[in-house]
Amino acid sequence: MTATPVLVLLDHAPDGTLRPPVRELLTLARTLAGDAGVHGVWAGSEDPAAALDVLAAQGVSTVHRLVTDADLHLSAVLADGLETVAAATGAELLLLVSSFENKEAAARLAVRTGAGVVTDADGLAVEDGRVIAHKTVLAGTWTTRCKVVAPRAVVTVKANSVVAEDAPAGASPQVVDLPVEVRATSTRVRLVERTELAASGRPDLGSAHVVVVGGRGTEGDFSAVEELADVLGGAVGATRVATDEGWIGHDAQIGQTGVTIAPRLYVGAGVSGAVHHRGGMQASGTIVAVNADPDAPIFEIADFGIVGDLFTVLPQASAELRRLQG
Amino acid sequence: MRIVVCVKFVPDIQSDRQLGPDGRVVRDGGDGTLNELDENAVEAALVLAEEHDGEVVVLTVGPDDAVDAVRKGLQMGADEAVHVLDDAVAGSDAIGTATVLAAAVRRIGAEAPVDLVVTGMAGLDGLTSLLPTALAEQLDLPALPLASALTVDADARTVTVSRRLDHATETLTADIPALVSVTDGINEPRYPNFKGIMAARKKPVTTLSLAELGVDPATVGAAGARTRVLEAAPRPPREDRVLLTDTGDAGTRLAAWLVERKLV
Repeated sequence: MTATPVLVLLDHAPDGTLRPPVRELLTLARTLAGDAGVHGVWAGSEDPAAALDVLAAQGVSTVHRLVTDADLHLSAVLADGLETVAAATGAELLLLVSSFENKEAAARLAVRTGAGVVTDADGLAVEDGRVIAHKTVLAGTWTTRCKVVAPRAVVTVKANSVVAEDAPAGASPQVVDLPVEVRATSTRVRLVERTELAASGRPDLGSAHVVVVGGRGTEGDFSAVEELADVLGGAVGATRVATDEGWIGHDAQIGQTGVTIAPRLYVGAGVSGAVHHRGGMQASGTIVAVNADPDAPIFEIADFGIVGDLFTVLPQASAELRRLQG
Repeated sequence: MRIVVCVKFVPDIQSDRQLGPDGRVVRDGGDGTLNELDENAVEAALVLAEEHDGEVVVLTVGPDDAVDAVRKGLQMGADEAVHVLDDAVAGSDAIGTATVLAAAVRRIGAEAPVDLVVTGMAGLDGLTSLLPTALAEQLDLPALPLASALTVDADARTVTVSRRLDHATETLTADIPALVSVTDGINEPRYPNFKGIMAARKKPVTTLSLAELGVDPATVGAAGARTRVLEAAPRPPREDRVLLTDTGDAGTRLAAWLVERKLV
């Protein structure tokens, strides 16, 4: 248990609602914080009102709202804010959702404060006052336990690593404005344009519990993939080939350089399982593969593999699931 | 326009990659290579150098074999190479590696000013993506990470990048000198041709130690690392696996299995 509050960066959508993995991080933070409690950090000009119900249910006592005229989308400015809140609270552990933006800020914070930084953790504990992180490495083929030797730790946590649960007792979060002293050098990068990606109506790919992925075998027809995703309440992903062919947007690409996912259930349809793709999904809880090619490498890692035509197997599975779900 | 490209020597992603008992990636399997994502960084630098009459220096930190990574960069067309080779570097975390690279970039910059530092978006071994921003922080340079498009205005001395994040796309710009990391979507790296391979043999590779860079060995390597791997184990094989060939009811059987496993 830590003697100082555990900080959680409250990633949120433009409407001020929390991104789903934040609830998981708050749950995790509570198990580590003990009496010192969990504090949220609100970065952005959006009103936190829409997030307060979730924060209250999670037992968050304090939300530090970073106040600055500079754009907190810039990683250097965000790092200024995180540095300020760490100093103000004395917190020794900061948790962030694993995203490229958050890793940029984490790297800066580590350089500035001497903190140890771990990315893509899928479990955390505090032992003898030091943070121990679990993470999967080398494309999901190895698991490691990693100790933060430094007294301060900055950890980015993968979505779906923790089952989010509300706190036994709720709280009434106090929102406290925290003026941020922005370094002169932090605004040298200028944000010329930022366009929020339109929501698809499906769960967010990076944090969905279920992801159905279409590959080369779809030959551009994602209808069976989308149908199964909708029956399962999941997100739709794609391989590099499928995005390069223009069958679906590049933001759907799963892989080491695209979106890295670790859902409870992964379904690959017409996905061969090339090593770059596996690196982005091999940590998934359960892996289902449907492919006409019995030699597809994805069968080596599948929990349930079907050699068959995705255009008959997927619709049949969707229909049966609908029937079973009544 | 003088560009330093930081590259990493990593185990080939197609090989059977292992962690040693010390929790470090095993790098002596003989199948190491230039990190694929750094090929995009070299390519981006070469294109800019061609456009702006510049020169490209490839820089790496690593054991003896790591010189292969900068050699590949020279074969692609880079002009010179720097290899930081020192036993005390072993066991560095991303922040320690950034410390060493920063010292080397400063040293290269002392010979002639560096306008741009370019890196790949991540190393395919550790995949932390921490290095580019940590390096920019140490060099006190503006950072424009994850560029999927990159332009330099030589007259205005600015660099502009487009990038795609989980929930947004951004356009960032900064004055140079600056640091840029690039994705694998930015370009198609060229293959070294015979001429390039022959020319690379005559290009200089400068080897530098930590002492020559003025870096205190206690601040980097295993001695300076702020994180330490306690245990590493291959992920256990998946159990109770089902593999079947569809004979007309595989979709139904899949649905039943998902329900039975409480996955729906």
